Amino acid sequence: MTKVSMRVNGRPVSAEVEGRTLLVQFLREGLGLTGTHVGCDTAQCGACVVHVDGRATKACNVFAMDCDGAEVATIEGMAAPDGTLSPIQQAFQDHHGLQCGFCTPGMVMSAAALLDENPRPTEAEVREYLEGNICRCTGYHNIVKAILAASGQPVAVAAE
Amino acid sequence: MYAFDFVRPTSVADAVAALGEADAQALGGGQTLIPALKQRLASPSTLVSLGAIAEIRGVCLDDDGRVCIGGGTTHATVARQAAAHYPALAAMAGRIGDPAVRNRGTLGGSLANNDPSACYPAAVLASNATVITNTRRIAADDYFQGMFTTALEEGELITEVRFPVPQAANYQKFVQPASRFALTAVFVARFADGVRVAVTGASEEGVFRWTEAEAALSDSFTPGALAALSVPADGMIDDLHGTPEYRAHLVRVLTGRAVAAAG
Amino acid sequence: MPKDHAPKDRGIGASSRRREDVRFLTGTGRYTDDINLHGQAHVAFVRSDVAHGRINAVDTEAAAAMPGVLRVFTAADFASAGGIPCGWQVTDRHGAVMKEPKHPILADGKVRHVGDPIAAVVAETYEQARDAAEAVVVDIEELPAVIDMKAAIEDDSPLVHDDLGTNLCYDWGFVEDNKAKVDAAFKAAHHVTTLELVNNRLIPNAMEPRVAVGDYAFGTGDHTLYTTSQNPHVIRLLMGAFVLGIPEHKLRVVAPDVGGGFGSKIFHYAEEAFVTFAAKALRRPVKWTCQRSESFMSDAHGRDHVTKIELALDAEGHFQAIRTETYANMGAYLSTFAPSVPTWLHGTLMAGNYKTPNIYVNVKAVFTNTVPVDAYRGAGRPEATYQLERVIDMAAREMGMDPIELRRKNFVTEFPYETPVAVVYDTGDYHATMDKLIEIADFAGFEARRAESAKKGLLRGLGINCYIEACGIAPSQLVGQLGARAGLYESATVRVNATGGVVVMTGSHSHGQGHETSFAQVISEMIGIQEDQVEIVHGDTANTPMGMGTYGSRSIAVGGSAMVKAATKVIDKARKIAAHLLEASDADIELKDGKFSVAGTDKSVEWGAVTLAAYVPHNYPLDQIEPGLEETAFYDPSNFTYPAGAYACEVEVDPDTGKVTVCRFAATDDFGNIINPMIVDGQVHGGIAQGIGQALLENASYDADGQLLSGSYMDYAMPRADDVPFYTVDHSCQTPCTHNPLGVKGCGEAGAIGTPPAVVNAVVDALQRAGHTHVTHIDMPLSPARVWAAMQTN
Repeated sequence: MTKVSMRVNGRPVSAEVEGRTLLVQFLREGLGLTGTHVGCDTAQCGACVVHVDGRATKACNVFAMDCDGAEVATIEGMAAPDGTLSPIQQAFQDHHGLQCGFCTPGMVMSAAALLDENPRPTEAEVREYLEGNICRCTGYHNIVKAILAASGQPVAVAAE
Repeated sequence: MYAFDFVRPTSVADAVAALGEADAQALGGGQTLIPALKQRLASPSTLVSLGAIAEIRGVCLDDDGRVCIGGGTTHATVARQAAAHYPALAAMAGRIGDPAVRNRGTLGGSLANNDPSACYPAAVLASNATVITNTRRIAADDYFQGMFTTALEEGELITEVRFPVPQAANYQKFVQPASRFALTAVFVARFADGVRVAVTGASEEGVFRWTEAEAALSDSFTPGALAALSVPADGMIDDLHGTPEYRAHLVRVLTGRAVAAAG
Repeated sequence: MPKDHAPKDRGIGASSRRREDVRFLTGTGRYTDDINLHGQAHVAFVRSDVAHGRINAVDTEAAAAMPGVLRVFTAADFASAGGIPCGWQVTDRHGAVMKEPKHPILADGKVRHVGDPIAAVVAETYEQARDAAEAVVVDIEELPAVIDMKAAIEDDSPLVHDDLGTNLCYDWGFVEDNKAKVDAAFKAAHHVTTLELVNNRLIPNAMEPRVAVGDYAFGTGDHTLYTTSQNPHVIRLLMGAFVLGIPEHKLRVVAPDVGGGFGSKIFHYAEEAFVTFAAKALRRPVKWTCQRSESFMSDAHGRDHVTKIELALDAEGHFQAIRTETYANMGAYLSTFAPSVPTWLHGTLMAGNYKTPNIYVNVKAVFTNTVPVDAYRGAGRPEATYQLERVIDMAAREMGMDPIELRRKNFVTEFPYETPVAVVYDTGDYHATMDKLIEIADFAGFEARRAESAKKGLLRGLGINCYIEACGIAPSQLVGQLGARAGLYESATVRVNATGGVVVMTGSHSHGQGHETSFAQVISEMIGIQEDQVEIVHGDTANTPMGMGTYGSRSIAVGGSAMVKAATKVIDKARKIAAHLLEASDADIELKDGKFSVAGTDKSVEWGAVTLAAYVPHNYPLDQIEPGLEETAFYDPSNFTYPAGAYACEVEVDPDTGKVTVCRFAATDDFGNIINPMIVDGQVHGGIAQGIGQALLENASYDADGQLLSGSYMDYAMPRADDVPFYTVDHSCQTPCTHNPLGVKGCGEAGAIGTPPAVVNAVVDALQRAGHTHVTHIDMPLSPARVWAAMQTN
């Protein structure tokens, strides 16, 4: 067991971990942050996407010890402290961009990374960026709309 | 996964020392290795993370105009930082895996693994790049030795790869619909002294040069120059996603498209 | 809801934002894997790596001695337990009941598919359990495996279950009495179109892998199972009564937030029984979290039919008869509802939207050394629709007729309509959905778009099809006659609190469908209170009435009807209380906008005042009615519902690579009345993507030895965002269901049913238009390699 320290959603945390402890295990089992999900074991589904030092990262495909000293952001840190949803989260609700909710944390974190890199993506750019995030419920239609809307581009609102 | 010790050296020298231990294994970005560890397909005693070694990260130009990329540089960094120097290479790096994979996966990790469907081997081979390790320099033509097999010795680390910049180049990737690795992909690079064509995803022997196409394209760098050529299906990969004949056909189609796109 | 009306802000017809989204968007949902009980141990299963073999010995001694191991279980530990039961018994065409094999919790004597669990190791941590699982020594004598369905019923085939003496589960004929008439109609036909096709095996792949946590309280003898289920009461009944012998009052099953199901989480699985059993045996909570690669070989698969369909037509194109012969793969064991899928959920839909007078369906269900196959989104209805809509397209081409006109010529137009395959369509308007499709899909602009594609060197095609489905499954007495070993009603308790808030405890289960929002809209509409005054509780047998759960697009049609029935009882009682408070007759009391009033007067009393009176009965007709305001209802439908529609797909085919791109997709669905249009659109979107997945990408493929070649996302192609376009969907054509109180039909499966034929028809159309006239059919998935190969044959 080795001590690992990082900041998660702005809060310094440290714990003793095994070498084989993945970041997602550190978050879910160690910190109780169960919003980050595990949907596959081949690094394809993207339900576990978090930000490590500002970059989208599959938390099931990186060791906790490789995140020593890193700044990690998870879905639990996206809303304001008073519970107000972030613009991306709000767009997902307004545009019905989620159904069962299991892929949603990864989708939101990937969307946030995309808009950070590319504030006004085209539809094709959104779809391409989501290559590593699989959703089985929505057919992606409303996810793409939600992300376009969150970028400030005009999109008809689903919830109207 | 099996239990292992995890070390995170900050220099190449320390990493090489750590890799000297029995059953130690290097960990680049881990995007292929970690899934393999989860399946218990590997059982290293020690995993030597290369993630904290600053000296093997980065993109620069050397005095000969070659693009030099540290072995620990992520695909995302190459996509951003090599774009001005070698656009075809940057574009290739920008289409490996998905954005999250590109933020972790590294050049050195990809080359050390030499997956037969990986993108980087095609770029390295077509560019006639030089693979630099902690002990030596290896020409691309000597480096790739078949599926998952390379010239690397035990404990040898890729520190850098130097890419001569061609006059024109393009990478055409036809994705396998599930993994999104290359079902077949072709990197074409046109240099003053000739054209190099490297094919990945297709052959049971891993990445290879299509020398007939190179000769024809060196005479005339047009898609039409390939008209009379064909690739034998013998030795091509046969799986759920494509027959050897299909892959052989794709090699020709994609080479033509790469030539057209490279201009 | 007519489009020209202003959108409602609440109640039926409003696109209310989903309340469940807030917890899912903030990472505060509670899925089964998020549940960790104090003292919990973990299980890893030792699974067969061969498709068929005799177990000579299982040596657990070394594993039991490994660090952290609590106990290693084998089949011997379950000698007193029952097997995993099958919930539907099909009777074959000769009157004999189906062959029904034993399905032990852990393999006993033989393994029958790759992934069949042989032993289970429980340890302090999951990794310790995995480590020890590798130390279990299993001596298996590998036997020849049978994978191909037709080979499986040859005389010399290896037997999956030796004691059955055959791999034929049943040979079903429907309607057997029609057979002679059908054969005669074929003899007399002007034209017969014949098509042989494969309905590819799929893996459901809900994004949340299955998880089960068993717990046992020694002080009380109460068992609790937390599980990823679409129907916790069904699991409680099956597992309690048939597997472990636990009375239902000592067994609580909780299905909390569930990350998608698509059918795969209907069934009772061995792992659920195992953790429940082991928790008591070990006096520790026991958790199983399925790894995705494990789910590929332990979740029930879907589809996997091989069919020959023939369509007989007269000279004008009127359908005279349909005859089909289908082989349906059951896999190695009968999963919970497997026998019903290729029979009652498939044969009864072979009339489609058309008035074909003579239909005969033959289905041979076959055991093979593969993972069990059961219901997956659509379940039998996609298989029926695909055959029918492909063969109609082919017939139109052979007869030189327009595919839309051929369909229109045969549409059922008079309702109710009794088909020759034993169902009665209560209502529909198939011309209307086709008219709407032609409009929203912009057929008029197709040729211009085709010309644009041609400039890029791409072959554009247009495919259309219709579909009908039978949903809201269904009358218990009918399904009982058909072999169901369960009722198919639904339940609800409506509890009104003293201050007027309403809690609905429903037997339906939401795992993405948004019931917490849409069910509340119905109550809001009925009472006239705000939606946030209504809470929907589901998924826990401890606090919901016995329910049958969610599948078959049944929740709003059956569960919603039960809720309406219970709410109506509540309102009737509240009306009596209001009448007392208003000193008027019950018959004169109206409820509107949350207020009871005396008709024709300005006398009224608020909903909240009435509910308070119910719980504080100071001024109350206690001699006539009890205090309190809570009612339960069970609703058993009198018929299925029949959603129907028409879909259109436009594709571009790259002639050099065979790659198919779906450029445009339009869907018109008649779902009857709509509760929440936004949610309904979303259900259709998701179904379309799964349909595109089946048509172009997904394929569970076994090699001849029974190894699953597409055993992970590396080889099983899931639809991604860039595989699909934006969809145009419309549900303005509404013929309300005539036999349920909301006039609703159900919308969950339509997309998955209606989409695959549209995609395949479009690809064949593109190739035909490009001169590949020999390409009349390509089997799904239409991968680039398959499409390219088809083009090479002339």
